[in-house]
Amino acid sequence: MSETTTETPDETVEESAPAPVLPDHPVLRGLAEAFAGAEWSVSHGQDVVTVEADRLLEFATAARDAGFETISDITVVDWFRKRRVRFELVVNLLSMQHVVRLRILVPIHGDDPTVPSLCSVWPGANYAEREAFDMFGVVFDGHPDLTRILMPDDWEGYPLRKDQAVGSVPVQFKDSHKVD
Amino acid sequence: MSEETTQLEEVPEVVDLWVSGTEEPAAWETGSTDEGAQKMAWTESEARLREQLGTVVEDDFDLSGLADDERMIVNMGPQHPSTHGVLRLQIELEGEIIRRTKPVIGYLHTGMEKTAETLTFLQGPTNVTRMDYLAPLNNELCYSLAVERLLGIEVPERAATIRVLMTELNRVSSHLVALATNGMDIGALSMMIYGIREREMILDFFEKTSGLRMNHNYIRPGGVAADLPPGWRADVTRILETLPRRLDQYDDLLENNPIWVERTKGVGVITAEECRAYAITGPTLRSTGVAWDLRKAFPYSGIEQYEFDVPVGTRGDVYDRYRIRVEEINQSLGIVRQAMERMPKGDYRVDDRKVTPPPRGRIDESMEALIHHFKLFTEGFKVPAGETYVAVESPRGELGCYLVSEGDGKPWRMHTRAPSFYNLQSLPIMMADSLLADTIATIASLDPVMGDVDR
Repeated sequence: MSETTTETPDETVEESAPAPVLPDHPVLRGLAEAFAGAEWSVSHGQDVVTVEADRLLEFATAARDAGFETISDITVVDWFRKRRVRFELVVNLLSMQHVVRLRILVPIHGDDPTVPSLCSVWPGANYAEREAFDMFGVVFDGHPDLTRILMPDDWEGYPLRKDQAVGSVPVQFKDSHKVD
Repeated sequence: MSEETTQLEEVPEVVDLWVSGTEEPAAWETGSTDEGAQKMAWTESEARLREQLGTVVEDDFDLSGLADDERMIVNMGPQHPSTHGVLRLQIELEGEIIRRTKPVIGYLHTGMEKTAETLTFLQGPTNVTRMDYLAPLNNELCYSLAVERLLGIEVPERAATIRVLMTELNRVSSHLVALATNGMDIGALSMMIYGIREREMILDFFEKTSGLRMNHNYIRPGGVAADLPPGWRADVTRILETLPRRLDQYDDLLENNPIWVERTKGVGVITAEECRAYAITGPTLRSTGVAWDLRKAFPYSGIEQYEFDVPVGTRGDVYDRYRIRVEEINQSLGIVRQAMERMPKGDYRVDDRKVTPPPRGRIDESMEALIHHFKLFTEGFKVPAGETYVAVESPRGELGCYLVSEGDGKPWRMHTRAPSFYNLQSLPIMMADSLLADTIATIASLDPVMGDVDR
């Protein structure tokens, strides 16, 4: 993790360059106007908003009240040695009533990978956040049961991080006597 | 009699009301001598008091008042034949009633998302096709659509039509397995044989087309791997003619079977609000009456040109999910028929030599074709930097692919939004306060594929 702070790649500089654009869809526009400070962009025809971690819960609640009743997906991208802020939380929202999607991106610092949990807003975030924790070690603050979900409970490390090599770890077996 | 009254004196006062007619006076006394009136007055005032205090709790189960021997935690699986793979459930039982359930997953985790980062974009479908092994073509389609969106290419109309044809046939074969296993779990063993038999007919066609019964790697970025085989119309027509007849037979077997209906109606109920909150999609969501289908909401592969209906249920129970699957088979067969009739002539993949390999004949005569072929299969094609999320309606619900490229020949990150993974979150809801015997029917109606859950 120490390498990430020393490297200063160009991507971060380029990304902040384009002027903020407001989304076209009325629901998203209303959300954008109600919630100032978020950065809106369009990626291959999909609306994307970048929110800081400390305002994520506030934005998520506003988004849910605006009509995004379902969370489609939560995942994390590890930008190891590519960006200054190492992790990025990716939340795909879906509004069934307005038939529109929205993607929330939240940059997460590598030295303290903590974001607020969205379980209080969408209970369906539970498993996905556990998976993200399991795979990337991102801690979801306020999650009711933040434990490993796919990997064995006693696994060391976070497999989907970019500094975890493929196939270099000996196979571990779960302690069969342990019942949680 | 005296022995009985001494026993009853020790129990709490609620029970004492019922013994006020005996020789011994009851502990709780009022002016009235009418037992029924006393009882009613007590419960009514008690209920009102609770309401005023805000302590009316209906769904919550209080464990503190229970002795230890009344509550039991039972482990089910991971090698239980009805768990459709390796699903483990920790079930908290009170007698025969399930109070809490905790699914434990991960037994089939093979790190496919990590593997995807080491494979080129052309090798990617080989990987994702192994996730949901009952609907492999849907996985391939989802991944290929994501790659194509990042590349900014449109597949030819014939390729899109072949994709619709194949994925809808795949939906039929997947639902047939769902019906088969659902039947077997509840005890209709013949259903297993019939469902698998009909599925085999479709798999034969898949084998003829792609070379493999499962894990086809048929739908690839840029189109499909090969054109439809000679005589495909006859094969598809045979499927279209046979299946409706067989579906009628299933109705005789299941629909007209009182045991089947009794064991599925009103079992494993979930509401639309719970489905939305827990991100549950597919037949489970539609069984609650929500007509949500990604083929209608966010069409892909030209599916908006086809006529089909989205069947919905009303009660959100196991029976509704079964009926929806049967009806979706009918609708998918309709789409397959339309795809067969409209199948346009043309190329089955894009004519872009940077993305799709040249025809075999060209390699012998053209140096460029040989170079393209070599480059494609060694280092693959490069995809411009970007990120996108593509979702398709798989037989189990919303199947999503979040793809991030950094401009290399391999994805920087590939994440699959697996429908079974999210749908599994509904098990604790559907199984709460239900009978243990209904567990099997509930899991089967959800139709989880553990390869999809664990990836």
